[in-house]
Amino acid sequence: MRNLFRSLMPALALAALLAATAQAGTLEDVKQRGKLVCGVAPNVAGFAFADDKGVIRGFDIEFCRALAAAVLGDPDKIELKPLQPRDAFAQIQNGAVDILTHRFTWTYTRDNGAGMRFLMVYIYDGQGFMVKKASGIKSATELNGASICIGQGTTTELNIADYFRAHNMKYQIVSFAELDEARRAYEAGRCDAWSNDRGSLAARGMQLAKREDHVILPETISKEPIGPVVRQGDQQWANVARWTFFSLITAEELGVTRENVDEMKAKSENPEVKRLLGVTDDLGQKNGLDNAWAYNAIKAVGNYGEIFDRYLGPKTPLGLERGVNRLWKDGGLLYSPPFR
Amino acid sequence: MTLPAWSRRPGAVAIQAAVLLAVVVLVAMAAANAATNLGRLGINAGFGFLGRPTGFAISQSLIPYSETSTYLRALAVAALNTVVLALLSAALATPIGFAVGIGRRSSNGLVNALATGYVEVIRNVPLLLQLFFWYFAMLRPLPPPRQSLSLLGVGFLSVRGLALPWPQAEPGLGVVLIALLAGILLAILAAALLARRRVATGAAPPAWPPMLALVAGLPLLAAIVEGFPLRWELPHLSGFNFEGGVLVQPELVAMTLALAFYSAAYIAEIVRAGLDAVPRGQVEAARALGLRPRTVSARIVVPQSLRVILPPLGNEYLRLFRNTTLAPAIAYPDLTLIFAGTALNQTAQPFEVMVIVCAAYLAINLAASAAINAYNRHLARFAR
Repeated sequence: MRNLFRSLMPALALAALLAATAQAGTLEDVKQRGKLVCGVAPNVAGFAFADDKGVIRGFDIEFCRALAAAVLGDPDKIELKPLQPRDAFAQIQNGAVDILTHRFTWTYTRDNGAGMRFLMVYIYDGQGFMVKKASGIKSATELNGASICIGQGTTTELNIADYFRAHNMKYQIVSFAELDEARRAYEAGRCDAWSNDRGSLAARGMQLAKREDHVILPETISKEPIGPVVRQGDQQWANVARWTFFSLITAEELGVTRENVDEMKAKSENPEVKRLLGVTDDLGQKNGLDNAWAYNAIKAVGNYGEIFDRYLGPKTPLGLERGVNRLWKDGGLLYSPPFR
Repeated sequence: MTLPAWSRRPGAVAIQAAVLLAVVVLVAMAAANAATNLGRLGINAGFGFLGRPTGFAISQSLIPYSETSTYLRALAVAALNTVVLALLSAALATPIGFAVGIGRRSSNGLVNALATGYVEVIRNVPLLLQLFFWYFAMLRPLPPPRQSLSLLGVGFLSVRGLALPWPQAEPGLGVVLIALLAGILLAILAAALLARRRVATGAAPPAWPPMLALVAGLPLLAAIVEGFPLRWELPHLSGFNFEGGVLVQPELVAMTLALAFYSAAYIAEIVRAGLDAVPRGQVEAARALGLRPRTVSARIVVPQSLRVILPPLGNEYLRLFRNTTLAPAIAYPDLTLIFAGTALNQTAQPFEVMVIVCAAYLAINLAASAAINAYNRHLARFAR
């Protein structure tokens, strides 16, 4: 029944959409409500998971908290809605959530004509394959004729179809409604390989009974720029959210951390730091926010690098390398427009 | 002569007309509002995507399908998969349900307890959990494809499913099929002639030898003449998976078993209620007349209880059909998984996709419903 209900969710949400009339700006709505509603992925280790006290935490969640801190001055004034990918679109379209800090890949179709707006990229990922070490497979090009387990609701199916067609290989897809079921079936031997974004393979791979018996193949078969999504047509809200997330990247670039942000605010002579933290200029007010918006966000969650290290980095169980998710000046792809 | 309805009860008709008008206006307003809102939110609308290629694969299709096929074809593939699953499950659920239902009335304590236990356990565990149980309980013990169990060298059972030979048509098959059709028609004719003779003379020779000769003999003769125009393609292991023949996938098997065993528990209760509905006095009267137990069952109990059993049984079939929507949980590519899932994601047009899926389910279910109702009416004609 749970699934039946879930499959009806888009329909229900759309029924609400049909009844909806013109809404006020999302920023005003959030301020009035005193709470930010974020759509997040349901249970992905590192990105969005319930800790031992039942509190949902993770990399994705920190962006929701940062936005709440910037808009409301308090990172805890959030409501998290775990959403299956297929329900998330309808929920953002009809305004049931203010933002998706989810695991969605930015693609043309999703950004155009779907009533949604991607803001930026907070993690650059790509689709990969996990196989059993005992199979002896060393490369994705050896997967001709293989069965591949996936969880649907992403760009996964099309990436696999394109990759296998481009390499003139045959395959059989076994697609599950839920990502964890795909992992279980792969583990039970239903498939030769399990495919997902590499970040998700690492995260969900933690739940394999013997992680050391499995290996992620070197090929990355797709570009998966993953970022937050808001409803189309509310430019102010899009700007507020986009620049809040940029402020976390800029903070890393300028060396502003959760620990030293107070000291930097009081003492730093760097004009960009001063503008970022609201000491000079009125960047916040231009967007209807307090001038301490970025300060509040950094104070709450730290800069981008701190968030990455806390939930995904080498010292966490996931053990992901920064890789292309380093700052541009360190050879990565993270690049924030300047704060001036 | 009767007057038209509106002149007999003008008030009631006026109210009905007003309600109908209100519904029409409400729907029109909702549609207009939806169109405006979709436009304002910058959402693409329309069913144009149905003609576009999907770009994704489907693990089981009864009709030719590839990534370059259109969404419309994917819809047909998914709908067929749903129908096949429902038919297989119903075909399996019915005999199990009848056996258990009869077992529930058995005077044998063990049989009775087993049947009761079956019904209570199956009815009281959520179907979704039973799905997972069947699926993973089946996957775990099955060997990988390379160590698959060989069934006399023609079939192979592995964790990838059951690979079976599949017939390939060769020229001349048409003649055999025509012979089969002719055989069936002639058999029906023969049955009618025999029935007439029985009425006229009272002689009732066994009907099956001539029928069998017609239905099986004619096509066999044609096949011999045409040199058996059917080639069995054997499955063989190639790389990771089997090729050739047909592969019955574990998802289909697990779905069928779970749905069949689940529905069978309800069918058992329907059957039991139907049998209980025949007054005990009738059975006793029949026995007092000296009828054999088999005759009592076949001529007194079963015909009367069927009238009670069939309407709720039809209901149960419709429910079984709706339960197929749990298929995405274990990756069976039905309407819900392929259309309400993958297609919805790829098109990002949830409204249109959900409308199509709902309409498809409704159409299939209404067709099934009509067939069941027609049969019920046919049966009701004999109710006295």
